[in-house]
Amino acid sequence: MIRFDRVTVTYDGAPTPALADVDLEIPEGELCLAVGPTGSGKSTLLRAVNGLVPRFSGGHLAGTVSVDGRSTATYPPRDLADVVGYVGQDPAGGFVTDTVEEELAYVMENLGVDAATMRRRVEDALDLLGLARLRDRPLQHLSSGERQRVAIGAALTAHPRALVLDEPTSALDPGGAEEVLAALTRLVHDVGTTVLLAEHRLERVVGDADAVVVVHGARAERGAPATMLARAPVAPPVVELGRLCHWDPVPLSVRDARRAAADLRRQLDGVALPAMRRAPGEVAVSARHVSAAYGRTVVLDDLDLEVRHGELVAVMGRNGSGKSTLLALIAGLRAPNAGRLEVAGLVPSAVAPRELVRQVGLVPSDPGLLLYRDTVRAECAAADGDTGLAPGTTAALAERLVPGLDPQRHPRDLSEGQRLGLALAVVLAAGPPVLLLDEPTRGLDYDAKRHLAGVLDDLVRAGHAVVVVSHDVEFVARVADRAVVLADSHVVADGPARDVVCHSPVLAPQVAKVLAPAPWMTVDEVAAALQLRGVS
Amino acid sequence: MATAAMRTTNPILLGLVFAVVAYVVAARRSHAPWARSFGVFVRLGVFVIVVRVVIAILFGARLPGTVVFTVPSVELPAFMAGVTLGGPVTIEALVAAATDGLRLAVVLACFGAVNSLASPYRMLRALPPVLYEAGVAVTVALSFTPQLVMDLGRLKAARRLRGRPTRGLEGVRGMALPVLEGALDRAVGLAASMDARGYGRRDAAGAGAQRLAAVATGGGLLAICVGVYALLDGSSPRALGLPVLAIGAASVAVALVAGGRRSSRTRYRPDPWRSPEWLVAASGAAALAGVVAVGVLDPEALALSTSPLAWPSVPLLAVVGILGGLVPAVAAPVPPDGSPPDGSPAGGGAG
Repeated sequence: MIRFDRVTVTYDGAPTPALADVDLEIPEGELCLAVGPTGSGKSTLLRAVNGLVPRFSGGHLAGTVSVDGRSTATYPPRDLADVVGYVGQDPAGGFVTDTVEEELAYVMENLGVDAATMRRRVEDALDLLGLARLRDRPLQHLSSGERQRVAIGAALTAHPRALVLDEPTSALDPGGAEEVLAALTRLVHDVGTTVLLAEHRLERVVGDADAVVVVHGARAERGAPATMLARAPVAPPVVELGRLCHWDPVPLSVRDARRAAADLRRQLDGVALPAMRRAPGEVAVSARHVSAAYGRTVVLDDLDLEVRHGELVAVMGRNGSGKSTLLALIAGLRAPNAGRLEVAGLVPSAVAPRELVRQVGLVPSDPGLLLYRDTVRAECAAADGDTGLAPGTTAALAERLVPGLDPQRHPRDLSEGQRLGLALAVVLAAGPPVLLLDEPTRGLDYDAKRHLAGVLDDLVRAGHAVVVVSHDVEFVARVADRAVVLADSHVVADGPARDVVCHSPVLAPQVAKVLAPAPWMTVDEVAAALQLRGVS
Repeated sequence: MATAAMRTTNPILLGLVFAVVAYVVAARRSHAPWARSFGVFVRLGVFVIVVRVVIAILFGARLPGTVVFTVPSVELPAFMAGVTLGGPVTIEALVAAATDGLRLAVVLACFGAVNSLASPYRMLRALPPVLYEAGVAVTVALSFTPQLVMDLGRLKAARRLRGRPTRGLEGVRGMALPVLEGALDRAVGLAASMDARGYGRRDAAGAGAQRLAAVATGGGLLAICVGVYALLDGSSPRALGLPVLAIGAASVAVALVAGGRRSSRTRYRPDPWRSPEWLVAASGAAALAGVVAVGVLDPEALALSTSPLAWPSVPLLAVVGILGGLVPAVAAPVPPDGSPPDGSPAGGGAG
């Protein structure tokens, strides 16, 4: 169905190709998962399928890419729209119309489908993706999960033979991600659509995949999921657990792993759980009866929360449950509609920005927003100047957070992980005792996440109060001391991360599901415990 | 309404046009992000007035009349004769400049109102599919202003997070580049998305005809421009104007018919054109008609007399016409009033 024949892609000005000599064939009706570290060329591979690379990206493509026998060299993306549906990383950026229904019909209008068929297909897509309730909603008013489903629906209505999706669940809460993936699986099984999917958080999809393409160092190789993942550079926690315990074949789902883990559970029986970090100190952020609303919609209602120095609090909850609003309140971007919120005794929304950055630092979910100089060096120098630090302080900090950053590069050209590290350095330069992170793991591979976890751990040990908003349960399990779950503008759970996370079937990390009822959360914990027992 | 505003410098009429436009915007704007562009355009308008007055003070022609104050004048070299710098400033000159600026400001406000009331995408759907590149360009251009307004909001938040000023000269300088960069990125993304979803497809058989149609449309539009210019510009021969205009119009018509027949686009629930739409269109025409009629009957009433300075008269007909512009505030369909976005108040934590 999708065929890459000796494909090499080189972007303008890049010393090495983004994809080198890729030979690949994805047969019809397969759910194929593309995995690989950040910046390995996954997006390039996906965008080459319908010719967006090189037509909209610049650069040079050698070899041929063909879909259903049509080569992208002779057919531009618009003439492949009936065979390939493409859903990009940022669905909102690709919306052309105003409402859900119009967006679903857009591609059919372009393909010249007659009105009666259009109506029927729009209804089908609304049902398949659970969007019927939202049909007349303006696209701007949708939550990110809903937007993602609309974008998938908008590609589906053309009835393409192949569907290409670039990180479709990266912005979604665990529940929303399950919905999207369930819809995709249904497409593969019921309609026979070929699906090519790139994803960082493999734990969600790998169980359903028929094949895995590992993209690494500009090369791509396709094979059965178990064999490919056993040696892939990135792997979900169950696979790592399988590697740790030398299970063969490597389990891909929690179910497989649970059946293989009977021995492991016995070995871990009676081993003490790792101790908490040292007790947290003074109160850094205190919120009392805080409410926030947009127009008539109440986002936070009568919220009480305390964050202490030396603790890392993870805030979780559905898309649109007010998590980011909470961060905006603490960072002083908006004032609460009612109640009192204090950071180190100050009311953040009433303090001048220059003063406030010394108290609170917020890294938004798109860290690129904080960076606006044209080189890394200029960015660091600007941060030094802003906060009156000795020249080079921020650069040194950045070097510690993300080693090997090229000072001449444009912040836009950095990988997600590097950009996050740079933004973190810029924010931390002012030395704020309170650090807020909004969805920091978006677009990060497992290595980058592990590195970030280490950095955060050091900060907490140094006495910072850190609040992380995240959908990524595996990451939360690794870093958080305390977890707060928001729902329906209230706090529904607040307690030690282990208790909150392990007791919810939606929020539990994979290791906890495999080893339940014992509340182990990460592979590292299990490895440490096994070492303690003298087993390896 | 904008055309009506262009034809008058009477401040009362201009003020009225502005009030009507502002009321319609307030009554019928949605919560969509582009709806905020009206405020931006109004601010731009105020800026225009100020600039116009300052220019009048510094370089303006010296109208005789009551001298308010005198700017030290500078002798200019002989080759710049006719340009004065400095000198006495009269109340008449100030008023003339201010009304001139006001006219431009009101036109801008009308433009802003269009931007904040109409969805750019829906307007684009009316565009014939013949001109693929032009269509993409127009979509991108239409989404540019509203996106710019949204980007500004997010960047302001981001600058605040870094403890930077968001106002004043430094604020503007620091934000201009990232805003433009972001808008360009988004433009490329939108164009890619439209292309990937089949915008501007051609039939395998109709490629030649499409190209012909595109050339005919382009040539026709050019001919229309030349024709209109020839007609409006008194110095060029009138005989040139009409034929060129006619040829251009015919060429475009042929292209649209040919291109439209070859085009395989279909419409999902075409926007109906019913009585509300007629009313809205008619009210705009009424405003223009009122002003034009007054212009024919009593040209004095439209222009504010600045020498000698006089209180402007109020031509009744024009007022009635402009007030007709209020009709859309009642007649136009109410925009869907959904709850504000669930995810986006966060705006990625920075909005």
